[in-house]
Amino acid sequence: MLRLPGPVYRQMVAHCIDGLPDEACGLLAGEPPSSQLSSPTTATKCYPTANAARSARLYEVDSRDLLRADRDAEQNGLALVGVFHSHTHTAAYPSPTDVAQAPDPAWHYVLVSLRDAEAVLRSYRIVEGNILEEPVVVLDH
Amino acid sequence: MAVAVRIPTVLRVHAGGRSTLDAEPGTVGDVLRQLSDHYPGMAGQLLTQEGELHRFVNVYVNDDDVRYMERLDTKVSDGDVLSILPAVAGGVA
Repeated sequence: MLRLPGPVYRQMVAHCIDGLPDEACGLLAGEPPSSQLSSPTTATKCYPTANAARSARLYEVDSRDLLRADRDAEQNGLALVGVFHSHTHTAAYPSPTDVAQAPDPAWHYVLVSLRDAEAVLRSYRIVEGNILEEPVVVLDH
Repeated sequence: MAVAVRIPTVLRVHAGGRSTLDAEPGTVGDVLRQLSDHYPGMAGQLLTQEGELHRFVNVYVNDDDVRYMERLDTKVSDGDVLSILPAVAGGVA
């Protein structure tokens, strides 16, 4: 399960909309991740990042933004626990490219679909090529 | 003094669980080859069979991505920090 504080949720969706027409991406930090797939994670911090691919079909977290986010998380006693990116014209489901490039089974892979009038957000774990959807809870605060 | 190498979470399993390792100075390529020799599990994750930097890995000397410097020929000196982070990428294509 992925828990998202309201401000983090809104920051992610806003960054995805700002990125149009390209895919947008960013990183999430929280308590260092557990290898237990069932244990819930709260993503307490969101780092909007540049999409180095500058594409409507691909994303690549800008490498310098990645280093900055990793360091900032560590300095705050957190760890990077996942990544989010938008699908501008398709559903919030990982593509074969997303699965092939998902490096970390402990990470949460969040998709924000902007296909419809209202953004749709879903979260997945990707373990050895298998896609497992997980519940997302948006917190009030 | 040596070069401090920061190991990302996903590779720590190949480094006895350690998050930082020491290496001898030289070039980025020299440091990555030292790591690959000491920790064979990391070898294929860092460098391709042709000896190039793996495309899914970012390597930094201090604050700079070596892809924007001299790649594997970038110098690494005593006291520098070499960070390794998996690239984060995907998309519909």
